[in-house]
Amino acid sequence: MSANAPGGPGGTGISRHLRRVSVVVLAMFSALFVAASFIQVVAADDLRGGPFNTRTRLANQNINRGPILVGGEPIAYSIETDGDVRFQRVYANGPLWAPVTGRYTLDGLNTGLEAAYDDYLTAATGGQFFDLANAVLTGREPEGAAVETTLDAGLQQAAWDALGNYSGAVIAWEPKTGRILAMVSKPTYDPNALASHDTDAVNAAYEQLDADPAQPLINRAANGDLDPPGSTFKLVVAAAALDSGRFTPDSTFPNPSELELPQSSAVIHNSNEGTCGPGETVSLFDAIRLSCNIPMAELAHELTYVPIKDKAKALGFCKGFDLAGLLDPIEYGCTPQDGLDLSPMYSTPSQFPAFLDAPQTMLAAFGQSSLLASPLQMAMVAGAIANDGVLMRPTLVDSVIAPDQSPLVTIQPQTLGQPISANTARALTDMMVASVDSGAAETAAIEGVSVAGKTGTAENGPGQPYSLWFTGFAPADDPQIAVAVVVQDGGGLPPEEQLSSTLSAPVGRAVLEAWLRR
Amino acid sequence: MPRSTETPARGVSALTGAIVVRLRKPARLRNLEAPFLLGAILVVAAAVALVELGTGAPFDPSLSWQLLGLGGLVVVVHVVLRVVAPEADPFVVPIAVLLGGIGIAQIHRIDIAEGLTGWDAAATRQVVWTAIAIVLAIATLIVVRNHRTLSRYRYLAMLVALILLVLPMLPGIGKEVNGARLWVEVGPMSFQPGEFAKVALAVFFAGYLVTARDSLSMVGRRFLGMRLPRARDLGPILIVFAASMLVLVVQRDLGTALLYFGLFLGMLYVATGRLSWVVLGVVLFVGGALVASRLLPYVGNRFAAWLDPFNPDFIEGQSYQLVQGLYGFAAGGTFGTGLGRGRPDITPLAGSDFIMASLGEELGLVGLFAILALLLLFVGRAFRIGFSGGDDFGRLLAVGLGFAFALQVFVVVGGVTRVIPLTGLTTPFLAAGGSSLVANWIIVALLLRLSDGVRRGPRIVIESATGDQPRLVVGA
Repeated sequence: MSANAPGGPGGTGISRHLRRVSVVVLAMFSALFVAASFIQVVAADDLRGGPFNTRTRLANQNINRGPILVGGEPIAYSIETDGDVRFQRVYANGPLWAPVTGRYTLDGLNTGLEAAYDDYLTAATGGQFFDLANAVLTGREPEGAAVETTLDAGLQQAAWDALGNYSGAVIAWEPKTGRILAMVSKPTYDPNALASHDTDAVNAAYEQLDADPAQPLINRAANGDLDPPGSTFKLVVAAAALDSGRFTPDSTFPNPSELELPQSSAVIHNSNEGTCGPGETVSLFDAIRLSCNIPMAELAHELTYVPIKDKAKALGFCKGFDLAGLLDPIEYGCTPQDGLDLSPMYSTPSQFPAFLDAPQTMLAAFGQSSLLASPLQMAMVAGAIANDGVLMRPTLVDSVIAPDQSPLVTIQPQTLGQPISANTARALTDMMVASVDSGAAETAAIEGVSVAGKTGTAENGPGQPYSLWFTGFAPADDPQIAVAVVVQDGGGLPPEEQLSSTLSAPVGRAVLEAWLRR
Repeated sequence: MPRSTETPARGVSALTGAIVVRLRKPARLRNLEAPFLLGAILVVAAAVALVELGTGAPFDPSLSWQLLGLGGLVVVVHVVLRVVAPEADPFVVPIAVLLGGIGIAQIHRIDIAEGLTGWDAAATRQVVWTAIAIVLAIATLIVVRNHRTLSRYRYLAMLVALILLVLPMLPGIGKEVNGARLWVEVGPMSFQPGEFAKVALAVFFAGYLVTARDSLSMVGRRFLGMRLPRARDLGPILIVFAASMLVLVVQRDLGTALLYFGLFLGMLYVATGRLSWVVLGVVLFVGGALVASRLLPYVGNRFAAWLDPFNPDFIEGQSYQLVQGLYGFAAGGTFGTGLGRGRPDITPLAGSDFIMASLGEELGLVGLFAILALLLLFVGRAFRIGFSGGDDFGRLLAVGLGFAFALQVFVVVGGVTRVIPLTGLTTPFLAAGGSSLVANWIIVALLLRLSDGVRRGPRIVIESATGDQPRLVVGA
């Protein structure tokens, strides 16, 4: 056909052009077929778990959500209601367990074990699919699995009582298994207030909690804003020194009453403002026992930054740990991190700065110099010392049990490695026992039991109240429990009364004693 | 008379036999249509029953009575076709009935979820609009006995199209819905003139291109291996481009602009076969759309929501509907939740703009494929006329109507499936909305008329519609 008469006589031009347009139309529809297939098949699972997915949330509300158990007793469970949403989540003693259970809310923004085990609790995991199908076919009510925790109700209550009205946290665990026995954070909140089906009431309650300057929604035991570890960090420095082979507990250091830091005009003191004991020199053993700053700073100066940093990281600094026990630890840079939302129960990584110069390293020797740690982290330090240098993975969950009582998940004790040699662990234990017997941590002593402990009084900046620490374990010769306590804001007391010996150490002792005398 | 054609006599004379054969041939198409129609009606009845069972709502018989009446009207269409267009395509009406019925069932399902009954129920209004649309389609079939007469009114069609395009922009009657200005409101009545403009534009373009294509096919200088059109022929495409951009700027709807301009480009290509026109047009349009997305916040928002719908800043705002629609599709998966068993009502406008997401949720990918296949088949029937039609005006008109339909499906379904940014067009036959129904049933009537002409019309006609010089047109 000639170019100047397209579609002329015969009209074959139109047919030829139309054939090409038909191909374009087919391509357009193919794009729609492909897009629909992608959305409904390939990406469907991801989309079902997407943010603000009301459908998934509503589907879950029609399932009898499984309970969260402590020693077989539910601390979170569901009851049937007459309302549009069939099941109401109920928390037994909500404020006590809030850091563990987290909350289950209608808007789907769950936290804690409620979020980490959501799929199991709503029977949404692949393994539970046939149970669910079977339940539907047999007319049985579909039901989620139960999450059995490692916690002990009596110890949790003891830790709660011991912490009193202080802002802070207590965490206790079994050094040999990694099972967390108690996890208390104050101030706290009642998840029942956020589990209501009255959306307006929930929103109002949430806004009030979120705006509260005391931050009751935060779990200070593992996910708080972190505190400088203070003198409890001396255990890490001592561990690094002993494991370096260059020092022993008997290594001695000059014993001045004040020390000017190199390359700086800053002067440091011991907490008693005097020397560390009477001698011209002081041993590493006594420096830990009496919790002196100057000899530790001298030690850190000789040891240098890198071995200390390596030891801190081996003990868990700069890592997030999934307390739900499902996911592996994740390593982060040693800088402040936000958005650890990979698992709802990853702990906030404790921080050891990426670089410290010589004077900063000397400050780090007693847990200052922008170091920050969670009670979980310091409990892990005590736990590794208690367990002959072997660090276990901390977990809150023992098992997940299907409605027919068959176990879906069983979490076995798992070692995270041996950050400290057994000899060093024994030497550190001796120093900590001495600290409780005749040193800075005497208020942690329990009659008839050999307790290993270390206190810490950490500065948060000029004029700021102290963070008061205790970490320890007992019995020292066969450790059953390790604990870490932080009392924040100086316990709300005047500066001269902000003492770890009177605030944090007695809390630790009470928890240790409650477990050993249970 | 139709009745007699169904009973072919045996052993009659050769002469009467020939007459019977001639009369029997069209009846065969209508006889083919009848079981398809019956099948479509049964599927719709099943869909409505499943909705009632699936939602478990107390049974309200009013919709069933309304649908029974609508079924009667469909039978009337069938009978009218036997008389006024016996050789019309047998698939077009069943497809329209099936899609429309599925749409009503799904709209009814959303009504149940939202607790709407009586005149508040969108399904009730949809039934009434369908009845009006079918009556107007019958009227079109009866009034337009020969489609070639339409080509005489091509400039009137242009004028009508322009008025319809301008209407929503007029203050007082123009109404803004969800940020786009596509609606006209007069008293209690509101309609989308763009839906009718689409039909008028197809008529105008077909008439115009039949006369102008020879000069539009002339080539100017070569550029990048392509023969560019002559500069003096650029006028029409620039005018249509300008009109589309005006639609984009004032009505703030990319989809409508894309529909009009795409329709013109498609028909221009079919008429002239010059790829350079298409390339030029696509470059112009993409450029214009990009500029608009930068300058117009509303269009820009839609672009942003399209590119990054799960952005936490958008997900409760500008991309909320899109994301909830995607969640609906995902909830449906391969086989769907079953009619009445999902939660399509969570997505805003689940019965109109997002009806494909509703259907995808409850019928699954399988159901969605079936619906898309039906829509594609409808386009195929229109293109079939384009391939085999007797006259170029009719062929171009059929192609235009089919291509506009295909473009609209692509724009609206592509919008909800995130192939392209979301726009304010309606899914033909399925979505709740009177204007769309009436316009699409008029397209049905025109396609029926055109297809009837293909088979019935003389193979050789003298085409004088162009006005100036009679031309011999030979049918394929």
